[in-house]
Amino acid sequence: MREAVRAIRADWLLYLFLLPGLVYFLLFKYLPMYGVIIAFQDFSPFLGISGSEFVGWKHFIRFFTDDEFITVFRNTLLISLYKLLFGFPVPVVLALMLNEARIRWFKRTAQTLFYIPHFFSWVVFGGIVIQALSADGMVNSLLALFGIEPVMFLGSKAYFRSILVISDIVKESGWASIIYLAAIAGVDPSLYEAARIDGAGKLREIWHITLPGIRSTIVILLILRLGSVLELGVQQVFMLYNPLVYEVGDIIDTYVYRVGLTQQKYSFAAAVGLFQSTVGLILIYLSNQVAKRLGGGGLW
Amino acid sequence: MSRCTWSERLGISFNYAALTLLGMVTLFPLLHVVAQSLSSQDAIISNRVSVYPVGFQLEAYKKLLQDDAFYRASGIAIARTVVGVLVNMTLTCLMAYSLSRRTLKGRSLVMNLIIFTMLFNGGMIPTFLVLKELRLINTFWSLILPQAVSAFNLVLLKNFFHSIPDSIEESACIDGAGHGTILFRLFLPLSLPAIATLTLFYAVMHWNAYFDAVMYINDSKLIPLQVYLRNIIALDDSGIELTDNLGLFLVSPESLKAATIVASVLPMLVLYPFLQRYFVKGVMLGAVKG
Repeated sequence: MREAVRAIRADWLLYLFLLPGLVYFLLFKYLPMYGVIIAFQDFSPFLGISGSEFVGWKHFIRFFTDDEFITVFRNTLLISLYKLLFGFPVPVVLALMLNEARIRWFKRTAQTLFYIPHFFSWVVFGGIVIQALSADGMVNSLLALFGIEPVMFLGSKAYFRSILVISDIVKESGWASIIYLAAIAGVDPSLYEAARIDGAGKLREIWHITLPGIRSTIVILLILRLGSVLELGVQQVFMLYNPLVYEVGDIIDTYVYRVGLTQQKYSFAAAVGLFQSTVGLILIYLSNQVAKRLGGGGLW
Repeated sequence: MSRCTWSERLGISFNYAALTLLGMVTLFPLLHVVAQSLSSQDAIISNRVSVYPVGFQLEAYKKLLQDDAFYRASGIAIARTVVGVLVNMTLTCLMAYSLSRRTLKGRSLVMNLIIFTMLFNGGMIPTFLVLKELRLINTFWSLILPQAVSAFNLVLLKNFFHSIPDSIEESACIDGAGHGTILFRLFLPLSLPAIATLTLFYAVMHWNAYFDAVMYINDSKLIPLQVYLRNIIALDDSGIELTDNLGLFLVSPESLKAATIVASVLPMLVLYPFLQRYFVKGVMLGAVKG
């Protein structure tokens, strides 16, 4: 205690600098973590956390046996998996392609174009997607040239997940490639010279020098990505989905919003949310361990 | 180039062709939206609009600029971005500076507390209830305070401050400078690219966010531009009269949607070329090991 007082007296200005930010984290990050207690209660806003009845695992048992939740959970996992499978490699490939484009004005123009969608909100980008896919939008006009009947893409269960995955790739891949481009720029140029003397072609250079050179960057980004498997962008889905495609497009976040905030089943929705955060924490921990085991070096 | 084999040259050409094609895929929808916003109702209905305006007219923009709700929503968005970024940058700079001082006791405890918030969170409902308890629901501050510091940006700036040589701080100390002087007169000017990048990140976040406003705000006078835009696009609810007194469309609803989209990204597109060189540098900051 006395030591703490001495530390504060010596560096009081530094602690004062820290104070507002610390209050923010306690109030808006740690207080909600305490608030997850309501997941184990029948919470009523009038009674508050201290007055509400404690019901244990009731809500967890209920959502695990609920068909709607199981659909939502499956959608979340599937969409996330598709995004990971198809979306994760795209920025790496894009960075390799941009790196091989040696004409400077061309590279700069391409980069500018690829980065721009990242700076659009999902309302704007989703709006463009909705317009392009509407009954008389660009895509259907194109299909009409080949004599194909118009397709209601956003109302179709068969296409909705693909639309989520593809629109996410188009919007974010360019921006995500920046970090790989930076990593590629950090690869020792003498390695390329040595490879060229040994007669290696472009593809061999990429496979044996560039890719191993950016391996740790890829691993770190993959860990971060895995930790958010159950959080796949509520802003995107909320903009694009509609009741016609709930069956394939409703994800945990949108479900929590509808059940929790529009139907005000606070405790039930909080239980679903707690399940989501906990799985996220476990996943990021496990993938970090695996990365360390493989010798790639983890996040911590 | 002369050492390139035939197959390599083919590969390089293919690469340029593929990048050009991808660029087109990004560019075309944008041009299409701009074209639609400037085209006549007839041209849109008969599907003659591709990437340039047909039957050029500014009616959609005129309608938009006559709508009070558009001005109000833009005002909220601008206020939110300006106030939000000020709060963000003040708290982030002060905190990052303190946490980058190696002598500070309790530093690693605070760092761990902050990093943990990146791995685990209480979730949407408990956060909402905290805001409700603090009487922030349906206020302007519900768009500012819950996003006051980004843990990720904080770590980024802290690492950047770490990379500033200790000798600079030491010599300033000898000259009698306190922490306030060191931060504001030395560290901030030395970290200009980092500061510019974080400002951009925060500004983009505030300008583009809409889901928090959907959750926390139901007073139509307080909705920001993105929610206004969403109501027009997704819910087809603009409140703008598009027909004349005989019920004929003067402006296509598609045209109005497109015009609103263009209006909402305009500030971003204007600032973009100036900021591009900063953020490319700034993203590399993330690669600095902490």
